[in-house]
Amino acid sequence: MIVNKILLVARQEFRNRVHKRSFLIATILIPLIFPAIFGILIYTAIQQEKSSTRKVVHYIDESGLFKPVSDQFDFRPFNGPLEDAKRAIAHDDSFGLLYIPKFDLYRPQGIILYSTVNPGMGDIGALNGLLEHLIREAKMRDLQVDQSVLDRLSTNVNVLSVKVGESGQEQSANSVVMSGVGMLFGLLMYLFIFIYGAQIMQGIIEEKTNKVVEVIISAIRPFQLMMGKILGLASVGLLQFLIWIVLITVLSAGLFFFFGIDMSQGQAAGLPSAPPSQNGIAEILEVWDQIPITFLLLTFVFYFLGGYLIYGALFAAVGSAVDIPSEAQQFMFPITIPMLISYMSLFLFILQDPHGQISIWLSIIPFTSPIAMMGRVAYGVPGWQLALSMILLVGGFVFTTWLAARIYRVGILMHGSKVNYRVLARWFMMRN
Amino acid sequence: MEAIVATNISKHYTQHTALRNINFRIPDRSIVGLLGPNGAGKTTLIRIINQIITPDTGQISIFGEALAPKHISMIGYLPEERGLYKKMKVGDQLTYLARLRGMTKQEALERSKAWVKKFEIAEWWNKKVEDLSKGMAQKIQFISTIMHNPRLIILDEPFSGFDPINAQLITEEILRLREQGSTIIFSTHRMETVEALCDHILLINNAEIILEGAKSRIRSQFRSDTYEVRHVGRFDTAATPYTLLNSNQIEEDLFHSTLKCPREENPNKILQFLISVTEVHSFIEKLPTMSDIFISLVKGGDRE
Repeated sequence: MIVNKILLVARQEFRNRVHKRSFLIATILIPLIFPAIFGILIYTAIQQEKSSTRKVVHYIDESGLFKPVSDQFDFRPFNGPLEDAKRAIAHDDSFGLLYIPKFDLYRPQGIILYSTVNPGMGDIGALNGLLEHLIREAKMRDLQVDQSVLDRLSTNVNVLSVKVGESGQEQSANSVVMSGVGMLFGLLMYLFIFIYGAQIMQGIIEEKTNKVVEVIISAIRPFQLMMGKILGLASVGLLQFLIWIVLITVLSAGLFFFFGIDMSQGQAAGLPSAPPSQNGIAEILEVWDQIPITFLLLTFVFYFLGGYLIYGALFAAVGSAVDIPSEAQQFMFPITIPMLISYMSLFLFILQDPHGQISIWLSIIPFTSPIAMMGRVAYGVPGWQLALSMILLVGGFVFTTWLAARIYRVGILMHGSKVNYRVLARWFMMRN
Repeated sequence: MEAIVATNISKHYTQHTALRNINFRIPDRSIVGLLGPNGAGKTTLIRIINQIITPDTGQISIFGEALAPKHISMIGYLPEERGLYKKMKVGDQLTYLARLRGMTKQEALERSKAWVKKFEIAEWWNKKVEDLSKGMAQKIQFISTIMHNPRLIILDEPFSGFDPINAQLITEEILRLREQGSTIIFSTHRMETVEALCDHILLINNAEIILEGAKSRIRSQFRSDTYEVRHVGRFDTAATPYTLLNSNQIEEDLFHSTLKCPREENPNKILQFLISVTEVHSFIEKLPTMSDIFISLVKGGDRE
């Protein structure tokens, strides 16, 4: 009976959300829009670089070393004293004036770029590189070093990391791929919990301000209504996630198919195969095959449900306590802190050091584990840590649901009262 | 059998007492006026009967059984603070609310269709609630209150915001439901509704029941033993046990007088006296209105 009513509410919640146009749009378009935006940005950046005209740079070379050869800059010698040149560039539309005094080859100092605007890092870097190259050539001549000798001196080492399993089997590991996977899943987790948690809160505030809630709780217990809403929304989230996975799989399968043909054509044309250390894509693909995708997805689903339920219950309690969304701010802040901590930790150290002490503990404590564990799990997490984290997560959501239900049952019937933490504590303690 | 018997019900909140040890009985098939000033404890009592909250002490029995979750399907409740899901369609809303009250999907669908037809809003079945007029939304709310044929119907200020046509429609429906065997509890401040519809009264003030019983009995209990007479020509009561409270000339010869008589005096005897001294045009006992009783009791209570 109790479960039946919860399911009834959950089903209604699910239907209401899924039948909305916004659900369809978000579900279908987001996996298409983000790559599309990314693609457009890269494309325009490339186009911009191609089409941009070379920047005019006047130069005064007193060292006699400078060779005005560059794709990026149009170098023009200036004949006259420096002061005249400075005045001149202030009035024309040139990029700047490069002044190269006589300098010691081994201590190059005093090279200055005068310009009317603050030049970007890219331009300064390009000029530095150009000058370093010229000085290097001059030094080689001075030291009588041959380029071929230099080539033989240079070495390129790429440590291949191999993870040895308990039974001795070897897996090649690529920390770039692992951290990419961790970042993606951690970010998804953060977004999912936040978006769906906020939706629960909004839904409950709506019921309260609509005044429909008293009719409902005269028919079912407040706990049933709260649980029904939380579970209904959870199933909407899962459905959305599932659709995204299917869409992304289909899309990426299409892409791999496309690129796969490209690669085989390259080989058929008899191009020399690159040395293994430089074959990045192949290596990534190899590591990709080693990542247990199914395991990752199942872990994600578990932590999504656990994390969502922990936070969803808290968001529900907040929603029940306030009359309008803006009042919710003061209660939202402490709820979001553990999420923010785990989100920032993800980028600060979890992905760099997934097996460090703090990373381990963040992935075990229930409030931070959904995001922290998703950051770690691609690297391989010891079984006991995963088990402990999962058990604590379940315990955590039982605890927050209990806590939230006690506040919720009183809060939804309160209108117009000024709510602070003291009031919430009183509601929590109140007998039914 | 009584619809409701409440025994020693108390409910305390941290800062005030909502109900103090109250006892009452509500007869089956009656229309009960639950009266009282704001904050007297009416809503708390209604929520206890609806099992939204539980009392600190005391028991409620409903149709002879101790109140339990299974009785939810027996009760229809229209709260004062009422609303609907704005984004939900009318049909979905009605069937959802009915199913929450324990009806099967099929039943819920059939009944809600029959009701929207009866209330002439069938063409709105697939419209969202936010597109409805206020009057139509009220009809939906009322339908959802009574759709599951509840034996006990609790209406908290049912007519607030209703236009006269809807109020009439609902009044007729309430009377019909009583005919069919339902008991109705009205919580209202509108004394004319109480006068017209209720046959039983429950008056709460300061967390206590200060008046309970059949309306006719309460009326006679609060008789002031005064009579209003329209007559031609003045008369004198000096030789009688009657007191002439006032006498006003309303037309040339016509007077309107108020007469106070001893409680045990038979009205026929009073009339005989009047006929002997004046020309009587009308003679009627002045009964207190529910509004008078309410005000005198609640004000008297406040003075204590």
